Amino acid sequence: MGESTSSPYDINGQHFNPDMYLHKLLKDCSLEQVMDQQGEIIRDTQALHSDMQTLVYENYNKFISATDTIRKMKSDFKKMEDEMDLLAANMESITSFSEQISCTLQDTRQQITKLSGVHSLLKRLQFLFKLPGKLKVTLQEGHYSQAVQDYIHAQRVLHQYGNMASFQGIQSDCETIVEELKQKLRDQFKSKEASAKELAESVDLLLQLQEPADSLCAEFLAHAETHLCEQLTLLEGLQDQDIIEFVDIGSSGFLSDLCLVVASYNDMFINRPHLHDIQQCDELDSVALSQLGNFVLRNMQHYFNLVGKRVEREQEGGAGDTLVLVRALDRFHRRLQAMNTLFSDTDFARTGTEIVLRAGCRQCHFHLQTLKAHFTDTLTQVRHSLAAPKLISQDGDSSSGLSELLTSLVLATVEKVKGVLQDLLSFCHPDLTFGLKPLFREVFCVDNVREDLVVGFLHYLTATARGFCDSGDSKSPPALLLLLSKMCLEFETSSVHYLLSQTDEWFNIDDRHGSGILTSDVEICTSMRAAAQGLLNHYVRMQGLGVSQMLRKSVETRDWLHTIEPRTVRAVMKRVVEDIAAVDSQVGALYEEGQRAERSSDSSRRTHSASVSRHIYRSNWSSYAPSQLDSSLVTNIQKLFSERIEIFSSVEFSKVSILTGIIKISLKTFLECVRLRTFSRYGLQQIQVDTHYLQLYLWRFVADENLVHFLLDEILGSAVHRCLDPVLMEPSVVEIICERG
Amino acid sequence: MEDDTPIIYGLEFQARALASQLAESDAVRFLVGTQSLKLSHNQVHVVELNEETGGLSTHVFKHGAGEVWTLAASPSNATLIATCYNTLTAENTCCMQSAIWRLPLQVDGSLDEVSECEGMNDLTSLELVCQLDTESHGQDVKVTCFHPSDGSKAASVVDNKFIIWDLNLGDIAKVVQSGVLEGKGQPRFTTGKWNPHHGCSQFVTANDGHVRSWDLRVSPVRPAWTVENAHCQLVRDLDFNPNKQYYMATCGDDGYSRFWDVRNPSEPAVARADHSHWVWSIRYNHFHDQLVLTSSSDSQVILTSVASISSEPISHMVDDDLNQGDTLPDTPKEKLVDGVLATYDEHEDSVYSVEWSSADPWTFASLSYDGRLVINKVPRADKYMILL
Repeated sequence: MGESTSSPYDINGQHFNPDMYLHKLLKDCSLEQVMDQQGEIIRDTQALHSDMQTLVYENYNKFISATDTIRKMKSDFKKMEDEMDLLAANMESITSFSEQISCTLQDTRQQITKLSGVHSLLKRLQFLFKLPGKLKVTLQEGHYSQAVQDYIHAQRVLHQYGNMASFQGIQSDCETIVEELKQKLRDQFKSKEASAKELAESVDLLLQLQEPADSLCAEFLAHAETHLCEQLTLLEGLQDQDIIEFVDIGSSGFLSDLCLVVASYNDMFINRPHLHDIQQCDELDSVALSQLGNFVLRNMQHYFNLVGKRVEREQEGGAGDTLVLVRALDRFHRRLQAMNTLFSDTDFARTGTEIVLRAGCRQCHFHLQTLKAHFTDTLTQVRHSLAAPKLISQDGDSSSGLSELLTSLVLATVEKVKGVLQDLLSFCHPDLTFGLKPLFREVFCVDNVREDLVVGFLHYLTATARGFCDSGDSKSPPALLLLLSKMCLEFETSSVHYLLSQTDEWFNIDDRHGSGILTSDVEICTSMRAAAQGLLNHYVRMQGLGVSQMLRKSVETRDWLHTIEPRTVRAVMKRVVEDIAAVDSQVGALYEEGQRAERSSDSSRRTHSASVSRHIYRSNWSSYAPSQLDSSLVTNIQKLFSERIEIFSSVEFSKVSILTGIIKISLKTFLECVRLRTFSRYGLQQIQVDTHYLQLYLWRFVADENLVHFLLDEILGSAVHRCLDPVLMEPSVVEIICERG
Repeated sequence: MEDDTPIIYGLEFQARALASQLAESDAVRFLVGTQSLKLSHNQVHVVELNEETGGLSTHVFKHGAGEVWTLAASPSNATLIATCYNTLTAENTCCMQSAIWRLPLQVDGSLDEVSECEGMNDLTSLELVCQLDTESHGQDVKVTCFHPSDGSKAASVVDNKFIIWDLNLGDIAKVVQSGVLEGKGQPRFTTGKWNPHHGCSQFVTANDGHVRSWDLRVSPVRPAWTVENAHCQLVRDLDFNPNKQYYMATCGDDGYSRFWDVRNPSEPAVARADHSHWVWSIRYNHFHDQLVLTSSSDSQVILTSVASISSEPISHMVDDDLNQGDTLPDTPKEKLVDGVLATYDEHEDSVYSVEWSSADPWTFASLSYDGRLVINKVPRADKYMILL
């Protein structure tokens, strides 16, 4: 475009160059075209020319009209100038007039202003004068806040003009009324029926009336305290109420009132919006805060005491329902936690938790007592049932009865512990506010439940069981000892572990602090096992003693020098065998058979049936017996090769071991008693018959029949030594007598 | 005699009676009575330990009257002994008798030849001093023992009675006093012993599980104190702490040795159950009463320390320690504590009696039923602990 505009060939362009244009035209176009071009240009030029003419003409006309207009204006202006002058003159006269008027009106206006001022003053004065009456009226009508507003309104003025006599009157009137008002407010403040809201209102008003805040604080708190005290005494009176109700009443009555008191106190004394003097305010705040703190602490203390007592009372009666207790405690604790938002400085929830903890601890303690009592009861029951069937049937069912008793004893105890644990589990319900606190968990679960309750009970079990060993005398029936021993063993093998792991699982106890805190089940098991061992040893001794006494009496009371030739086995020996068989069935009900020693080095004998082996053994023994006459050598040689027999030794937890222990004790007594007597020939032969009889029947009970053999040998040997005329019977006769008997 | 190996002396008969020759304070000498139903073969052996060589020299005397059940030595006359023995009557019935005998010892050493004599019949017999007339009091003479200091007095325990004899009259013993225990179930004494304290004015007996002390100063003797149920079975033996009055040791069939302050008879001061069968004999060491020997039918002899109730109190030693604290700060004295000091198992049969030597405080003898007399010593470590 620029090109085209700046093109020198554009005839309408700015840079049109006629020569170049002509040149180009001549060069490019034919003559005809040039001719046409010429004609065109001429036409254009003519057209332009005529256009110019018309333009000039038109403009000329306009110019002429403009000139006319200007001329006309010139004359108009002249006229206007005159009028303006006139206007100025008029204005001047107006001004002077108005000046004149304002001059004349000025006095009046001043007077009016003055009058209106007087009017408002009078109005105020009237308010003042009416104030006492109005105050009285509002006072009577009970619109205290209105009255206070009015008074405060007027107060400043009254203060200012207080030295003028008339105002003094009003002021004194007002003051008396206000005093009355204050009195009324205070009365309201003090009246017992006043609700906390009313209280708050009165305090607010009193504060507005510039009453000293700290005394108000004190008074307010004192009043609140009497109110709360009433609540508390009410609560105290409700000690017999259901504990949940008690806690609810406490929460809704005492605690919410306390909260209200504290909230309004905070609003009134601490968070006051109008601050006159910051320093004074701070001082006041601190005083008010400390007063509030003391107040709350005191009352909460009282409340805690009450609740604590109530909870104690609840548990005191014994069979308190843990669920109810826990629910009550939870409500109590929840409410306290809610309160904690109100008091940042003292952690009441903590104190609450402590109360809950104490309750939990007591509950555990109580449960421990129940468990102990239950165990003692079960024991007495067991004792009774042990005593009872003995009267009815000497043996027979007693064995199955024993194992039943055992399972019932163990199961009942374990179930009882589980029940207690389940009961206590309600303390750890996750919904409970205190249930999740680590403090609570640690103390309650670990210390109270696990260590004090479960471990404590297990220790109690062991101690009780041990107590039976120590009491020495034969007060407790031997079967009970056996039963307890087995019970301890059962506990050792399964129940201890089960109970502890169950406890740990239920109460989420994990021993991550290392083994320092928790008593390990190994420890308990060890003591359980020791108790079981002690009881079993004691049992063996008791039973051994029983049989021993029989044997001893039978040896000591008989006149062995003047006895007839033996025809039968003495009844006491049958009795001994019977008793041992009874013990065997008793023990067999509870304990495993146990390992028997190989009967001898002769392995072929083991393949024979029992009776055959006995037979061989018997003949073996009998043939050896008569040669006893010069026997001390044989005995001594045998002693050299046999191990020393420990009589009162510890036994294993198996039937044969127990029976071996009993038989050892019995036979050793027999031996010692025989050594203290002197025998005639027939006396010796009676002993021979007796020992043979024992040999026939006792071997089956013991682990190593050589032991019985050896001891009976000793007995017979000793009897031979103590015999004046040592002649033994024919073994065959002995055998016949024994088989007949 | 530097080594502690036991010295064993074998008798050819069974035996349960053992005594230390109390009046002999120089030689370690023990008396053993045998028990054989070939009544005339019974003997009393006097066994002397030569402390230099560790050898034994023995004298054997014939005790033809019967088998010796118990034997006691006079505290004042080394040649006098008292035995209870079983003898046969004309009707071929056994009966227990008791007598005082004199050992025919003239001078030490001159009897060696006698002991060398072989054969039963060549043995010197004991000289009968006096026969104690017990038959009028009962059948079963349990024990005859001398007054602890007055050799002219002896006591016998018969059935449920005890009789105090005056031996001054030569061959007839006069009954001075007697006491009877009455009770249901025919109580019988198992043993008896003088209480060496309080001027020997008490005689102590055991029956069943009870121990009873009789006051001899009043004319019908009456019980001074009793320990009921000292053991839950028979009380086999008792002994008094020689240095500390009121302290008494008992042992019995329950396998326990118990130590009593007789002023508190409800509870033993110390109780031990180290044996695995009945304990037949218990003896305080005459010089160091923290050492106590017990013998048992588990064929063991056990030396026990009861330092906690001995007359040599630990506090005294502590005081000494405090005084010597500056000089010996690094060597605190080791105290003897209560417990088993040593177990001697040289016996193979029941050991019915054990006795300390009256001459050497560290030597003792024990006798098992198979006739084995074992002379032992207190372990040297314990000995030094007491002495130093």
